[in-house]
Amino acid sequence: MDQQHQPTSRAARLRALFFSTLYISAFTFGGGFVIVTFMKRKFVDELHWIDDQEMLDMAALAQSSPGAIAVNAAILVGWHVEGLAGMVVAVLGTIIPPMVVLSVISFFYAAFASNLYVSLVLKGMQAGVAAVILDVVCSLGGDVLKTKSPVYIGLMVAAFVANFVFDVNVILIILAAAAFGVVRAVFQQGKGARS
Amino acid sequence: MIYLQLFLSFLQVGLFSIGGGYATMPLIQNQVVELHPWLTLQEFTDLITISQMTPGPIAVNSATFVGIRIAGIPGAIVATLGCITPALILVSLLAFVYNKYKDISVLQNVLSCLRPVVVSLILGAGLSILALVLFNGQTPDVQVVDWIGTGSFVVAFVLLRKFKWNPILTMCLCGAAELVLHLLPV
Repeated sequence: MDQQHQPTSRAARLRALFFSTLYISAFTFGGGFVIVTFMKRKFVDELHWIDDQEMLDMAALAQSSPGAIAVNAAILVGWHVEGLAGMVVAVLGTIIPPMVVLSVISFFYAAFASNLYVSLVLKGMQAGVAAVILDVVCSLGGDVLKTKSPVYIGLMVAAFVANFVFDVNVILIILAAAAFGVVRAVFQQGKGARS
Repeated sequence: MIYLQLFLSFLQVGLFSIGGGYATMPLIQNQVVELHPWLTLQEFTDLITISQMTPGPIAVNSATFVGIRIAGIPGAIVATLGCITPALILVSLLAFVYNKYKDISVLQNVLSCLRPVVVSLILGAGLSILALVLFNGQTPDVQVVDWIGTGSFVVAFVLLRKFKWNPILTMCLCGAAELVLHLLPV
């Protein structure tokens, strides 16, 4: 790695890591994949702590693991840069901004929500949120339909029926789908090994 | 023991939300609205609205909001720790496996089966919020239809879908529409 553009001492690297993740987290709206793009700009293009391929791998891993993509990416980047201490520092940098913002909002929420004007605006925005969610569902559902795979489309329909009609617990539905995926993967690998 | 309950609830949110963002929503709704009486559907919807407009992952935002309302600052910290604990363990484990074998095809196979399921779960959460908007949280009936909410929803959906409007802008427009239409002396 190129040593010229980066802080050299361990403390300086940890400090830079903390403030970079803090800054990225505080100014990234929309979360998830947007934050990975900002991390790439900072850690790959600017600080040269991570190379392009490593960042791509990290993005794939962050997206594949349970939990928030932003937190997962911070874990991977922090660990890569400065081990366990780096991981702790990067995760703290990522969660402090939303925690502070939401703490302030929740302290005022009760007073805010009982105000006539604020409650009217919030009520109106619910219609917008419903539209945003259903718009996302249309895009994601469209991608599933485009695979033209009876397995994926069948899973989507089955999950909807289980969730919406039979009110099955969401965790059970996710576990069932994961179990189905494992069985399918094992079956396909077995088939691949024989041929 | 409220702290333990908060920790365990958000641990489940962290453990089972795969793909981040909207995938977390049905799990949070399940834990804080359906299984525990921590938020009403109305408050949960406000929380999602607030999360859309503030930085940070929905899971961390929700853990902080619910934690503070139920058990103050310590509650917020405990709930947030709960939602990041599974990631701290599993991401490190996964990174180790990945570096060793450079192959996560089995995992990707499993994820490809989870993705369509998660779409349906998000749809379920979205429909419960839509029902709140259309019928004001009452039993669906023509008599209780909230026409302003219904109109805003349809306009917002078309703006997002057809004209690719920015979600935050669209939501603000809906909020402004409700305010103006209610305060206008008709």
